[in-house]
Amino acid sequence: MEQPILTINNLTKKFGALTAVKDLSFTINKGNVYGILGPNGSGKSTTLGIVLNVVNKTNGDFHWFDGTMSTHNALKQVGAIIERPNFYPYMSAEQNLKLVCKIKGVPLYKIDEKLEIVGLLDRKYHKFKTYSLGMKQRLAIASALLNDPEILILDEPTNGLDPQGIHQIRQIIKDIAADGTTILLASHLLDEVEKVCSHVVVLRKGEKLYSGRVDEMISSHGFFELKADQQDELITLLKTHSNFSKLKIEDDLITAFLEEPMSASDFNKLMFEKGITLSHLVKRKESLEEQFLKLTDNLN
Amino acid sequence: MLRLLNIELFKLWNNKSSRVLIILSFVLPFTIAFITSIKIDLGFIRLDPSEYGIFNFPFIWHWNTYFASIFKMFFALVAISMISNEYNYRTLKQNLIDGLSKKEMILSKFYVILAYALVSTVGVFIMSIIIGSIYSTYTEASIVFTDLEYLLAYFLKLVGFFSFCLFITLLVKRSVFSIGIIIILSAIEWISYAYMRWEVYENQAQEIGYNFAEGISQFFPLMSLYNLIEQPMVRYATRINPEDIGLIHDYTVQWQEILIVIVWTALFIFLSYRLLKKRDL
Repeated sequence: MEQPILTINNLTKKFGALTAVKDLSFTINKGNVYGILGPNGSGKSTTLGIVLNVVNKTNGDFHWFDGTMSTHNALKQVGAIIERPNFYPYMSAEQNLKLVCKIKGVPLYKIDEKLEIVGLLDRKYHKFKTYSLGMKQRLAIASALLNDPEILILDEPTNGLDPQGIHQIRQIIKDIAADGTTILLASHLLDEVEKVCSHVVVLRKGEKLYSGRVDEMISSHGFFELKADQQDELITLLKTHSNFSKLKIEDDLITAFLEEPMSASDFNKLMFEKGITLSHLVKRKESLEEQFLKLTDNLN
Repeated sequence: MLRLLNIELFKLWNNKSSRVLIILSFVLPFTIAFITSIKIDLGFIRLDPSEYGIFNFPFIWHWNTYFASIFKMFFALVAISMISNEYNYRTLKQNLIDGLSKKEMILSKFYVILAYALVSTVGVFIMSIIIGSIYSTYTEASIVFTDLEYLLAYFLKLVGFFSFCLFITLLVKRSVFSIGIIIILSAIEWISYAYMRWEVYENQAQEIGYNFAEGISQFFPLMSLYNLIEQPMVRYATRINPEDIGLIHDYTVQWQEILIVIVWTALFIFLSYRLLKKRDL
């Protein structure tokens, strides 16, 4: 039995004439790593803002856990970072985290434990304003982890960081996910979602295009990239073969999309029987990026 | 309630400028009061406050609460910054995400205002008792504890003014605009008071204009606070020359003045909450 953590039903948010989120529904279950994927301005942050109690919804509803708790009390069991890290610049890391402990009702000994995880323990007495962006983002993660949350929500966690910072943050996220914490990661970076998430919700202009497992989203059976000396014969053969749906020909490279599952060796054998020698044969699956572009293009 | 108070005080106390302002707002009036109460005898110049009677019970309640309330400006700056900082640092959003509700957010600020006003009122009480017991001509308990309503008025005046600052700052989000609006509004109130008093009934008896201006302006947000404790200098002067009947005026704290201020305070806090609730952050 799957345990729902967040349920969203027909959620709509309008900013004047602009509809930022349109009739959005999805459920987040315990133990999975979810990605919300969409280009900038697709309603990711607005959706998170609504469920995190900072943006008012126009229509629809949502509830945390089994729906018996008020939103602000439920948020005490959630850890969230949205946009830039927000802390009091005049306070040290430790003081900032103390304040979060007071708000969430968490014992103070958690502070050192979480600062250790993000590698900031030696800087705990330094004022927040002296931190680099990467350190600020790591402090934000420590703060979100203070209450050992049921779910960790991250909105563009690697935005604006240098490669080293991005690597550190991703490693931390992977470690947390490995501990079994549910994660909801909003990003416009496909490889980020592809690398970390098991489930994905794809948004475009506030509308849901897809929601489900990442590997099921890539639903096609893949495609062959082919080169052969007898190009015309190869094309005729591919066109008549029932396993292939679509052909794309760029110069001497032929891309054949599979309708039915077929292994590269089976295909090679078939070609050999037909007397066509291939000079190039690669079987590939579409990446999330290609799939994503296909999904978002379909609506244009 | 204690949790919210604790959260907000933690934010204020760790902020150097807030801490300095709060300390100053206590230290300054007390120092000034004690300095003015010192007997100075240099032979040729002799200042003895007990001779002027400003520290006599029960008049001291009026005198001290009036002058102490001038120092409310220090904490007004704190009250303004405690909202504008949250917007500046975007911590308002973060606090809500961490699990504080919008209602708790407003309440935590209001509790700090109440706590400050309460401590300040107790401080003025203690200061007046000390100075009064040294310099007052009358020290019978029945006289000492008359006119204590000035302390209530002082408390409400502080709470009302800080709640007003809170609301205005929440409205405009920036401390500079907020201070500007408060100054402009107080100017508008005084100008409209002057207009009602001297222009509207220009050619008629003075009392008509006076009554009209007082009657309307007592409902103004800032004027209502000012009315709670009126300036004691004229009252002091009339005590010395009681025959100067042209200056007869009621200086006591009126129940309707208290009511008006309570209504304004409740309105400011309620509107602050509504405003925050409606706003997308």
